[in-house]
Amino acid sequence: MSHLENLVLKIWRQNGPGDAGRFQSYRIDRISDEASFLEMLDVLNEKLIGEGLEAITFDHDCREGICGTCSLMIDGRAHGPQKGTATCQLHMRMFKSGDTIVVEPWRATAFPIIKDLMVDRSAFDRIIESGGFITASTGGAPEANLTPVPKPVADAAMDAAECIGCGACVAACPNGAANLFAAAKVSHLNLLPQGQAERWSRVQAMVESMDDYFGSCTNHGECEAACPKEISIDFIALMHSDYLKAKIKDRKLISQQ
Amino acid sequence: MATARTVKKAPAKKAPAKKAVARPAAPPRARAKPLDAKIPKGPITDKWDNYKADMKLINPNNKRKFKVIVVGSGLAGASAAASLAELGYDVDVFTFHDSPRRAHSIAAQGGINAAKNYRGDGDSVHRLFYDTIKGGDFRAREANVYRLAQTSVNIIDQMVAQGVPFAREYGGLLDTRSFGGSQLQRTFYARGQTGQQLLLGAYQQLARQIGLGTVKLWNRSELVDVVTIDGRCAGIVTRDLVTGAVQSHAAHATVLATGGYGNVFFLSTNAMQCNVTAGWRAHRKGAFFANPCYTQIHPTCIPQSDDTQSKLTLMSESLRNDGRVWVPLKAGDERPAAQIPEAERDYYLERMYPSFGNLAPRDIASRAAKRAVDSGRGVGPLKNGVNLDFAAAIARLGKDVVKERYGNLFDMYQRITGEDPYATPMRMYPASHYTMGGLWVDYELMTTIPGLYAAGEVNFSDHGANRLGASALMQGLADGYFVLPQTIGNYLAPMLNKPIPGVEHPEFRAAEEEAAQRFQGYLNIGGTRSPDWFHRELGKIIWNDCGMARDKAGLQRALSELPALYDEFKTDLRVTGDGASVNQTLEKAGRVDDFFQLGMLMCRDALERRESCGGHFRTEYQDAEGEAQRDDANFAHVAAWEFTGDPMKSTRHKEELEFETIHLAKRSYK
Ligand SMILES: Cc1cc2nc3c(=O)[nH]c(=O)nc-3n(C[C@H](O)[C@H](O)[C@H](O)COP(=O)(O)OP(=O)(O)OC[C@H]3O[C@@H](n4cnc5c(N)ncnc54)[C@H](O)[C@@H]3O)c2cc1C
Ligand code: FES
Repeated sequence: MSHLENLVLKIWRQNGPGDAGRFQSYRIDRISDEASFLEMLDVLNEKLIGEGLEAITFDHDCREGICGTCSLMIDGRAHGPQKGTATCQLHMRMFKSGDTIVVEPWRATAFPIIKDLMVDRSAFDRIIESGGFITASTGGAPEANLTPVPKPVADAAMDAAECIGCGACVAACPNGAANLFAAAKVSHLNLLPQGQAERWSRVQAMVESMDDYFGSCTNHGECEAACPKEISIDFIALMHSDYLKAKIKDRKLISQQ
Repeated sequence: MATARTVKKAPAKKAPAKKAVARPAAPPRARAKPLDAKIPKGPITDKWDNYKADMKLINPNNKRKFKVIVVGSGLAGASAAASLAELGYDVDVFTFHDSPRRAHSIAAQGGINAAKNYRGDGDSVHRLFYDTIKGGDFRAREANVYRLAQTSVNIIDQMVAQGVPFAREYGGLLDTRSFGGSQLQRTFYARGQTGQQLLLGAYQQLARQIGLGTVKLWNRSELVDVVTIDGRCAGIVTRDLVTGAVQSHAAHATVLATGGYGNVFFLSTNAMQCNVTAGWRAHRKGAFFANPCYTQIHPTCIPQSDDTQSKLTLMSESLRNDGRVWVPLKAGDERPAAQIPEAERDYYLERMYPSFGNLAPRDIASRAAKRAVDSGRGVGPLKNGVNLDFAAAIARLGKDVVKERYGNLFDMYQRITGEDPYATPMRMYPASHYTMGGLWVDYELMTTIPGLYAAGEVNFSDHGANRLGASALMQGLADGYFVLPQTIGNYLAPMLNKPIPGVEHPEFRAAEEEAAQRFQGYLNIGGTRSPDWFHRELGKIIWNDCGMARDKAGLQRALSELPALYDEFKTDLRVTGDGASVNQTLEKAGRVDDFFQLGMLMCRDALERRESCGGHFRTEYQDAEGEAQRDDANFAHVAAWEFTGDPMKSTRHKEELEFETIHLAKRSYK
């Protein structure tokens, strides 16, 4: 086990939505390279409390890269320098002694800052509430093996369903768009046989509620690079094509009336 | 059945509000009678049907007149809330998370059991029932476990209909695998992220109801007290984690689905925010706490690497399907794994438990790992682990198959340790993982406070002294989807059109006042130690003296150290910041306070249970081979504790366990 020494952290402090906010510098004299990035922040917070100062607020929970609660722009990159890795899984061995590390919250209009590094991502929930589900009330489900799902289909749906809803895609996008998130959710359900009945209404509702909160996608591809689950932007194409088809179907229906 | 009372009448009969604030420490006696589990009549196979045939019903139009509070949005909470709303109830959901989808259930990796018998390998409801009772070392209630096994098959149907992308075979049918404590392949999975996919399914169903306006969601909102009026649960008091505001919520019935208390050990595989507060606050108001000493230590977690460690990471039990557990035969063998020849390795699980081998149940595998490390044969830089080796599996199946099965777990291991598990064995050591103990509930999942229910890991009901892998997800969903939505109506039906106490009732006001003062109190102490410091110290005591192996002397030591440390907590705590905006240090202080009290009860429970069973291993009670020795004559019961004002003085009640279907036998996995 080895150690890193003399790290400087420039951390965004903001005492609530109304506060202007500012960077504040902190020193970490020595930390094990086995520590995770968040454990390093824990150590700093313990030190701050020891000095009678308020700890830095940041969101986190599972620390296993699955709950999507952690966030953080680290040196300008969502979830920091390691590809396919959420902040909580980032370890100090990715840094070196003497580094200056800049830590900021997600920055996006749809994710207002609550305090310090904590933001409000509930706009994601609104997208799901608008249509990100299969209507299957408890009790009425048919026998599970009645509808076989070809393995490649199940695998593709799972690739999309792996999204942890952390918001890195939005934070990384110059437009603050949520297309990768919405596309992952739409594709997960629209690919499966069980999701077909609501396929067209789902995509319309979700895309439209996404547009209510988030910026528009101009194909930068930053989202895919930032995604800790490496979800593919191909799903965005799938969402767009379903959306278009849904609209055309709508037109047909209207013209028939 | 408790009758509701109007708000207007209440003050006349009650003590004035001021007096209620200075409440006596002891809660009102919930039930004087011995514990009645309300097990339905009839043979075990018919009990649930008989219950449903007899329960009271509420007409769909009347259901919306009932407000039901669900605290928690994990598998149990989300499924219960969505199902109750679909039935027509007026539901409020509370979670301290920012979104319901973040609940700790999301982290479950390995899978979910169900007695589908898709493999034709001899599975059945009876077998799953038997395996669960035996896995729990004959300390669970038969009727509940049988119902769990019965509903398991519906869970898979329900989740597939909702779009959970379970693993499939090439023909498109569902794939399954084995888990510990079973010789069948009944575990359904979605890569290494089964909990994530199941929770997303339940969350999406909940989100639909939120979108429809039938469920109101209160996120970043923490339950800080439970309110009882006239002996029934009248609602809860919450603290808004963003503004610090304390607020009351009244309801006809309240469901706690708030997860387990494994974080009492400080280091555990649980998410950082998992805590006992909801269950403990209910306990303080009269809900009995059952078998707190039944905690599960999971055998395969990444060993601690340094003292800044904040949590331990589980490596799914499914890995033991293909990984082989071993340590060097000789103590102090420093050679890298690859240089130790086969003949000098001890595959101790395969050696000691030939028929279950590496898939021996968790408690047994954990103790075996502890013995291996304690004997000086541990591996890794700190000599604190055992090998989980995939070399044979890679040789047999090829790297691609292994990668397909466990790829994300291997990646996670590599990110955390910096080592490549395809090339060298993983290092593993047991860690706190799950808590079988919890709020005592009857067959209807009602606690000893009428109108207060507990579902999922927060209750004690189905796993006895040890839970089998892939059975917690099953239980959470069985409780939430199929049990609670039925049983709650039985309680509510007689309350139709009768008013219930509102939030202006003095008891609510008093509880709000008390909660606000409690949190202000933490800020006022102005001592020198942070809540985390206390939590770490508390965890060390519990781990050392009430962990994988326990004995009388150690438990007595813990019971003298804990109150002293708790006193220090009350006088030397330092919480910086204020109470009017997000303050995670303050949140933590409240949770650590409750962990301290629970810790004392855990140790008392462990001390009183003078036998070994499942995860509760008293070194005084073991056979010649070091296996747990139960004492069925004296301890075939549930210990249900009643709070009397001080956890060191709680009263122990018993629910005798009656085994009508299964014969009590020595648990053997040899
Ligand atoms: C790493 C890991 C892997 C696991 N893998 C498996 C597996 O493969 N198979 C299996 O069967 N089991 C597994 N388990 C166990 C299983 O995941 C849990 O037992 C189960 O998910 C618990 O679900 P729950 O709904 O009871 O509670 P949780 O999912 O823990 O949800 C608790 C909810 O309550 C809320 N809450 C808690 N307290 C309060 C409060 N005071 N106020 C407001 N809200 C509150 C939280 O916000 C959250 O929404 C695993 C556990 C761990 C730790
Ligand atoms: S804390 Fe859960 S994903 Fe990072």
